[in-house]
Amino acid sequence: MTGAGQPGFAGAVIRLEDMAKTYRIGEVDVHALRRVSLTIERGGFWAILGPSGSGKSTLMNLIGCLDRPTSGRYWLDGANVEDLEDDELSAYRLRHLGFVFQSFNLIPQLTVRENIELPMYYRGTPPAESVKRAEHLAELVGLSDRLAHRPVELSGGQCQRVAIARALANDPPVILADEPTGNLDSRTGEQIMEMLCGLHREGRTLILVTHESRVAGYAEKRLWLKDGAVERIEGGAA
Amino acid sequence: MILRGVVRNLRLGVKDILLHKTRSLLTTLGVVFGVGSVIAMLAVGEGASQDALAEIRKVGSNNIIIQAQKDIDDESSGRQRTRMSIYGLKYEDEARIREMGSAIRRTVPVRLMRRDARVGDRKLELRVVGTVQGWFDLVPRRIVAGRVLRTSDTEQNARVCVLTETGARRLLAGAHILGEKILISRQYFEVVGIVESGTGGRNIAVPDEEVDAYIPMSTQLQLFGEVNARITSGSFEIEKVELHQILVEIDGDELVEPMAKAIEAMLRAFHTRKDYKMNVPLALLRQAEKTKRTFNIVLGSIAGISLLVGGIGIMNIMLASVTERTREIGVRRAIGARRGQIILQFLIETMVLAGSGGLVGVGVGMLIPALITRFSGMPTVVPLYSLFLSFGISVAIGLVFGIYPAVRAARLDPIVALRHE
Ligand SMILES: Nc1ncnc2c1ncn2[C@@H]1O[C@H](COP(=O)(O)OP(=O)(O)OP(=O)(O)O)[C@@H](O)[C@H]1O
Ligand SMILES: [Mg+2]
Repeated sequence: MTGAGQPGFAGAVIRLEDMAKTYRIGEVDVHALRRVSLTIERGGFWAILGPSGSGKSTLMNLIGCLDRPTSGRYWLDGANVEDLEDDELSAYRLRHLGFVFQSFNLIPQLTVRENIELPMYYRGTPPAESVKRAEHLAELVGLSDRLAHRPVELSGGQCQRVAIARALANDPPVILADEPTGNLDSRTGEQIMEMLCGLHREGRTLILVTHESRVAGYAEKRLWLKDGAVERIEGGAA
Repeated sequence: MILRGVVRNLRLGVKDILLHKTRSLLTTLGVVFGVGSVIAMLAVGEGASQDALAEIRKVGSNNIIIQAQKDIDDESSGRQRTRMSIYGLKYEDEARIREMGSAIRRTVPVRLMRRDARVGDRKLELRVVGTVQGWFDLVPRRIVAGRVLRTSDTEQNARVCVLTETGARRLLAGAHILGEKILISRQYFEVVGIVESGTGGRNIAVPDEEVDAYIPMSTQLQLFGEVNARITSGSFEIEKVELHQILVEIDGDELVEPMAKAIEAMLRAFHTRKDYKMNVPLALLRQAEKTKRTFNIVLGSIAGISLLVGGIGIMNIMLASVTERTREIGVRRAIGARRGQIILQFLIETMVLAGSGGLVGVGVGMLIPALITRFSGMPTVVPLYSLFLSFGISVAIGLVFGIYPAVRAARLDPIVALRHE
């Protein structure tokens, strides 16, 4: 956990080196991301900003081990992950990362309880433990009384709270949120941001993509992307 | 761990089916009828064999029964008032069969007449069976009282008879039965024994009937001769038949059919007309096999086609389901589900869908044989194993046809899947 293989980055939970992602569409290369190098320290709170199409989601997907870079290297929690097998990447997502999406992405046919339990199920947590933790997490996000409900019976804010509870199920050190407030009104968005800030205060690394400078204001560091490259980083040296 | 996954996915699969009841039912129709046909097929086969076995048990599988038969030519030419027909099996036939080798364990000659029997003022038409003691070895029936015929009865032309239980009950009505004298065609016979009544066969010549009187053949010949006269609807029929039946016991199952062929060849050589009929009970089994095969082909094809169509239908609906749930698959993958776990999920869902069709099919499968029996009279027996087997087949169909959709689901790129609308 201290990055034994990478002595220089003992405090870094995420380290990108010359990460590039290029999509080839017909004859044209689309450079979604151009040689981005980045170190995110353990317990950091980063906001990624930039105009539409600047590569924010592409970067998040790479950090989230959902995508593979065209070139460059990536260390997550001290381990080099860009060459891992698909199953190993799944295991990294399962244990190290929690995702919060703009459109909540709860599974509609499952109840709130089942949605929260899903990551624990994939991890093989014993049912009794999983049930207890799901109840604890539901309480944490203030939805103890909604455990048996289905996502369609919840408001947007409630859905996002379930999604946060689900992201926390396996107690991951890193939370990734791609425009978590994008589908919420500003008051609900603020509640969600408060909740996410709480996770950061607990010591988790939090990375979020946003368009809103008000949301970005919660972060310790702000990274601006432009045309797939880092334009500037605010709030202290990277 | 896997077990837990299976149970969980099972539950979700059932939930999903209940959510789309009509769709699921329509999708699984092929499997329903496929499974039904498999059960029907096995039920018809089982029914045919059990029926044949039950029939054969009445006669004994090692026996061959040769019956005298008035041939058709003879029958149609007789428009005159009085006819004399000479036909049937000869004493020499029996002798020749007996000499055919060690495969013949024994032969029993049988002469039949229909006569009225009287006791006091009670009257009953009997089939009088003139035979020898060996009859009771080849047609073993429980002895209700007294004894069966003995060799000494034949030697002494004894005037004794053995009745069947039904005949005895009707004729003697329970009054001191053994030792009672009954009058058959003005001749007194002493009742020495009573045996269980035969029930007759449906597809097979069973030697005994419900109301028989067995007397020594020697006595019969002495008292009644070989000529049978009979008046039926104004015409006078005279028959001269030496033997009405010859029962042959063969030494060993595997020799029954070759020996039947040999006997028939011999009879053909010595008889100018075909005035006899071979009955080989064991051949019934072959007949049952044939029925079974025919039904297997018909129902097997229906089952095969239904299952194939059903399987493809299920695969189709599962492919649609994968597309419909692309985003869900993306979410599961993002959370950390391995490809194998996605495959497991969809495989089990498909198996639950197919298996639910299988369950309905088991119901249909129990109904079809009942209908077959009702409308065609063919005996059917649904063997218990066929229910499990056909249900297993339906689940296997789900497994086979679920692989492709499941693999498709697992192959989805998580990012593409997540972006799917
Ligand atoms: N699968 C893909 N195939 C081809 N091009 C892609 C693909 N995904 C992204 N791109 C391109 O990469 C660039 C970056 O896209 P990305 O989704 O990262 O932008 P973004 O910053 O998240 O934008 P937004 O704020 O609108 O969400 C865009 O030009 C986009 O067209
Ligand atoms: Mg985006």
